Parts: sequence; structure tokens; C-alpha cells
Amino acid sequence: MTIDEIVLHSRSLLDMKPSQVIKKTQETYPNVRGFAVFPVYAPHEIIHAAGLMPVGLYGAGDQLEITHADSRFQSFICSIAKSTLELFLADEMDGFVGIAFSSICDVARNLASVVSRNTEGIYVEYLHLPQNMASEQSQTYTRSEYERFRRKLAEHVGRPITDAAISESLKLYNEQRRLIRAIYAYRQDHPGSISAAELTCITKAGTRMMPGDYLTILKDVMEQLPQRPAHARDTVRVVVEGAFCEQPPIELIEAIEAAGCEIRDDDMMLGWRLFTGDVSEQGDPLTALANAYLNESVYCSTRHDYYHPRTEGLLARVRDSGAKAVLFTPAKFCEPALLDYVLFKRCLDDKGVPHLKLEFEEKMWTFEAPRTEVETFAESMLFD
Amino acid sequence: MRTTIADSKDYRGTVHKLSRDIISDWLGQLQAATKTDTKSAYLMVSGNCVEILRCFDILPTFPEINALQLAIRKNSLPYIIKAEEIGYASDNCAYVKADIGYTLDGGIGEDGTIPKPDLIVCNFVGCNVYIKWFEHCAEIMDVPLVMLDIPFLREDEPSKEDTQYVITQLKELIAKCEDLTGKKFDMDRLREHLAYSARAEQGWAKAKNLCKARPAPYDAYFDAINMMGPINALRGTKEAADFFDAAVEQYEHIVEQGLGVVDDERFRIVVEGPPPYPYYRNFRGLFEAWGAVAVQSTYSTVGGTWENGFCHDPERPLESIAEQMIIHNLCNRSMIERYKQIHQYITDWHADALVIHSVKSCRLFSAGQGDMREHFIRDLGIPTLMVESDLEDPRYYAEAQLKNRIDAFFEALTYKRLRSTAAAEAAAAAATQGD
Repeated sequence: MTIDEIVLHSRSLLDMKPSQVIKKTQETYPNVRGFAVFPVYAPHEIIHAAGLMPVGLYGAGDQLEITHADSRFQSFICSIAKSTLELFLADEMDGFVGIAFSSICDVARNLASVVSRNTEGIYVEYLHLPQNMASEQSQTYTRSEYERFRRKLAEHVGRPITDAAISESLKLYNEQRRLIRAIYAYRQDHPGSISAAELTCITKAGTRMMPGDYLTILKDVMEQLPQRPAHARDTVRVVVEGAFCEQPPIELIEAIEAAGCEIRDDDMMLGWRLFTGDVSEQGDPLTALANAYLNESVYCSTRHDYYHPRTEGLLARVRDSGAKAVLFTPAKFCEPALLDYVLFKRCLDDKGVPHLKLEFEEKMWTFEAPRTEVETFAESMLFD
Repeated sequence: MRTTIADSKDYRGTVHKLSRDIISDWLGQLQAATKTDTKSAYLMVSGNCVEILRCFDILPTFPEINALQLAIRKNSLPYIIKAEEIGYASDNCAYVKADIGYTLDGGIGEDGTIPKPDLIVCNFVGCNVYIKWFEHCAEIMDVPLVMLDIPFLREDEPSKEDTQYVITQLKELIAKCEDLTGKKFDMDRLREHLAYSARAEQGWAKAKNLCKARPAPYDAYFDAINMMGPINALRGTKEAADFFDAAVEQYEHIVEQGLGVVDDERFRIVVEGPPPYPYYRNFRGLFEAWGAVAVQSTYSTVGGTWENGFCHDPERPLESIAEQMIIHNLCNRSMIERYKQIHQYITDWHADALVIHSVKSCRLFSAGQGDMREHFIRDLGIPTLMVESDLEDPRYYAEAQLKNRIDAFFEALTYKRLRSTAAAEAAAAAATQGD
């Protein structure tokens, strides 16, 4: 496929509900079933090694009317929680064995309980990912949590999940993450070669494919990028920050770009490209995954790392990507992003880095207002 | 028919006064410490390990209690606004905003009422906002932070790795405290503090269980605040242990006399969620007007669910601290466990209804309470009322709306009771005629 075709294919996958994604996948892999991963991160390798397809569950976007979940979650709760619950209540999760939530925020934790109570035959896992990266016991604990997940998932699928299978999956996901890093790096070196909206479609759609098939697509993209005409423009180079969980509509990304910004780096789909380098493929794979989470993760609003503050992480991201400004895109009501904004803002103000905050909701349908805001922001920088 | 508070009885006054005295004494120590080099540390209320700090004479300070005090004294709004001015969102937890606003305003430190902490102990027990809050405090005040990552209770029991992870972190905290104070850790001293804790916790359990009496000797939601300060902030001291001995004695005396909180206890309720502190008395009045008394509450168990029998064990000091942090507090347990807790309260404390006070600030409590309402009404057939406001931000308290909802709920309960009484009388009459 050409890159344009890949983007179209990705968009078609993003338009599907999770049950449709599994149905589509079963056309090629008749026996495969899905396992949903609620943001931000879960060890996908364990799920894949169980013979399942890990599927990123980022709510339902504008694909589903909320008719039941509003009665369970109040008006001041983020939309991803409601639309995720709605998918279960509206029987749109056929073909899924289960779902993994993790300790990212108070809403996600309660959502795990509410989903569990309102579904039958679905395995709901709640992973407590560590918040202390520096304790003597952190590695042992994290590995034990992954081991617990492996054991329970194996019980649910009715077969063991071997170290060898996890190691094989680890190689696949390492390659996948490596290619995504390479595409991001290529885009930084060749502005205009692929838009952020296109790249977001591709990275997001990757969580709806079998990893082997996705690798083929990523390789196609990487191979074809040098032949693709780059349309460099006079833009403001920005980092997009705050969309690590609920994902902004693609139209919002397009609006940001159309308004004169070049997105150099971002934290969208962060959990699927969390690590700064390859996870070790030597030795015990669960230990390697635990070490990667503790020591090789990029900064994230849902992960406390006392010795590597997020403010330093953001400054490094701005510096390394060559960005001149930051666009904060927290989802409406997202407590981790909205709270982090305060310290980020303080730090950027201190360093003289311009920034703008744009809250979004997954069901927003008009993008004129944010586009105007970004345009004004960009112009103020271009003509400063 | 409206009832009045039983003002002829001294129950609220005595325990309230005892609590106020020891809390005032502690607040006085905090104020005094702003001018001295007394070491102090921040802690969160839920599942805390205050006994460890006491072994080093480190004065514990609780930002949540600071926020609570600001709200109940109707002082929170200016500080909330101050925090919003530097970037906090209207949708952020107002406890955080009030405390940070107070900090920025000079309330913490030499010229304030609370000493600048020497250490921030982030006991992450369920609530993720705790982490952000303490990260902000550490950044703004430039104070070192120690993370205590407490694994959420996601199975019936914690794994041995969960417990060992917590114990190791407690040991790492102890090492930090040794560095900070230059004092050597003394396990026997920890045992002494834990013995006081256990005595207070046993008193807590007795006091809570006394509300099974009809009428209940105190309101286990609104009056529980008198016990929450001593059990959470002062636990591990002789003063707190003595307080609970005295409170239990007082409540037992009231039960023996057959007295209740209101003259005519008409409805026994269980309350879920924190109270609206800026309008504490007003909100209480909306229930007391109906003779409704809370016989149990979930909010009172954020620090610990001691009524189920758990207490710290001086013979297993670090193990029992770890168990309390992981298992025996509301915040580190799932919503489904909370449903079970509430159902147990309704059954064992003979309650007529559940009242859910949904607060915008605290998603740990509120996210998904609509599902809770569905469960209790549809699955269990328990009359349930859900009302919304906030625990800290007075802008979210709409008394007229709350009153409408509460009045309608108790009117419906009254009508239901009348109908069931009439039906029972009709059935009895029919049975008599049949004879």
C-alpha cells in the first residue's frame, strides 16, 4: 500500500467499533479474539503471547451515542469513561475476552469496577502499575504484577502463556516501537513529509491490527517516506502535550496544522510507544518488561518518577524536537492532565516557552474555535 | 412532620468538646512549629503511617485537614480562586486548590499557621490526586518527597509481593527519617505508638457499633468528624487513645439512657461520599428536619475500616501498618468492595435508605456513583437518593435544589411507610375477620 492508501485504511479502521475490528480481523485470522487495553499502558506482549489481539480502547469517539452510561457517570466525568462503558452496555465488545485497566487515575479505577459489574463473561483486570520507580523492591513488585496478569489471563484463555511466546511477542513489539520512533524522527528531519494527522491515524490504527500486519504497514511507510514530496511551510514548531489517554479527534490535529503549527512531537498513543529504546530481549521477558517500565519509559502524566520530573521531560521534548512552543490538549475533565498543566505552565513560563491550552472532548464536532485560537497563537509567534 | 435536634442532651457537646480540645492542641503545636526548628512532614489521611513519624518526633501535617478547616470555616473560596489564577482548572479537586492557594498566600511557613514541611510523605493509597497534590507541594515549596506506592487491593487479599513492596518502602521511609532527624529508629517505640493506635481503633469500632442502637446515639456522618480527626491525625498518641475511651463511655451512657440525636429518630440512613464542608450545618439541617440520622457512613472510613475488627498489631509492627494501608481503608478498595461495605452497613445497622452525596472534587468517591444508585435501587431494592455539590468549593452548593430533592425523598419514604403500615393493618384486620 502507498502511504495515502495506508492512511485511508487506518481511517477506516478507526471508524469501526471494537466488535467490528475483531470481525474484520477474523476474516484473516478466524480464531483470533481481542483483549482491550484501556489507556495508558499494559504489557501488550503478555496479551499477544496468549494468542489474543491487544486492542487499544480509547473510548468510542463519535461512533456511538451515549444512552446508558450517562446514568452511571456524572456530567463532570471525562467522556472516554462514558463511551468506554457504553461500548460494553451496547454490546459492542463482541469477540473480546477481556479488558485491562491500570492505576492511571481515579476515574479509570472506578470504571474498571463499573464495567466489571455490568458485564458478563468479560475478564476485567486492574493492573497496579508502580508509582515508585526507585524502591529496592520496585522491580520485584512490577514483575510480580505482570506475573499475576499472565497467570490470570492464562486461566481465562485456558492455556499457558510461556516465556518463549512472550519473548517472541517482545521482538515484534520492539520492532513496532522502533519503527514508530524512526518515523517520528524522520518527520522531524523532513518537515511536511507526513502530517501529524496522518501519523496519528497510523499509530492509532496500529492498536487495531495484528502486530505482524502492522509491522508490514510501518515498514511500507518508512520505505516510502523518502519518495514522498515534503511540503515545508512557514509554521510554528510545537509539541502537543496532554493527550496521553483520551485521544483528540483527528480533525483537531488537522485544525492545529491548518492553523499554522507543525507538530514536532506529541504524547498521543503514548502507552503503545512508551519506551525510549528496545526492551531487552535477553533473559526473563517479564523482568525485561518490568525494567523497561521502571527505567526506560518516557515521562507520562500517569507515572510518578521522582528523580525524573515531568517538567524536565517536557523541556527535553521541546528542546530535542526543535519546537518553539507547546500546545496543551487535555481532555475535558482529565484530572491528571489538568493538574500537570499547572507545573508545566510554571516551568515553561520560567523558561520563556510560549504555550496554549486547548481542552477537547471526543464528541466535539466543530473545530473553528480551536483553529482560530491556534491561528492567533501562531501568528503572535510568527510576527513577534 | 418535622423534628428538632434533641438539644436537651449533652451527647454532641461532650465528645465534640473533647475532640476540639485535642485537635486544637495539635493545631497549636503546628502553629508553634512555624517559629521553631521542629521537624514536620506532610501526610495524606487515607491509610497513613503516622506512627512511623512519631518515632522520630516528626510533627505530622495533613494538607487535606488544612483544606477541610478552610472550608468548614467558610474561608476556602479565596484560596481556590488564587489557585485557579495560576492555572488550576475549575474541574480540578478543590481540596488541592484551596491548600495550594493557602500555601501561595503564605499560610505555610514562618508567617503562617502550618510549618513548611521538612519532608513530604506521599502515601499513595488509592487516590491518584494525592500524587499530583504532593508533587505540587514538593515543587512549590522545594521540599523532598518520599513516595509510598501502595498497591491497590485488586484481589481478595494482597499478594506477598504487594505486602513486601510496602514494607520495603516503609523501611526506606524510616531511613529517610533517620537522615532527617539524626535519630536512630527504635522498634520498641513504634510498638508503643501502635499500642495506642490499637486502643483508639478498638474505641472507634465500639463507637461505630453503638450506632446499631435505636435510636442512634450520634450521627455517624456529621458527628463522625469528631472521631475522624483523632483517629487519622492523632493516632498513635495517648491523647487519641484516651479520647476514644471517653467517647465510647459517653456514647454507651447515651445508649443506656435511650437517647438519640434527634428527638424522634424517624429514618436511619447510610451516607456515601464526603460532606459539603462549606455548608456543613445547613446540609445537616436538611436531614435533621426529617428526623433522619446517619447510622453509618463511608466517608468516615477513608482512614480505616476499623469497625470490622482490624487494628494495628504491636507484635507485627511493619506488617500491620502495611496491611492497614493496603486492605483496611476505603480508598484502596474497589467500588465493588464499597458496594459490599454499604450493603453491610444498611443490613447490620438497620438502615432504611442510602443517601449518596456526590462531590465534584473527589472522583475517587464520585466517579460511577450513578452505577451505585442503580445497583442499590434495582438490584437490592433499597431506597436511594443521590444529590450533588462539593466538599470544598461553595460555588457548587445549591441549597434550594438540595432541599427539594431531600424533601421529596423523605416525603416518598414517609408515604411508602404509611402505605405499608396501612397494608399491614388491613391484612391483620382481614385475618381477624377470617378467624
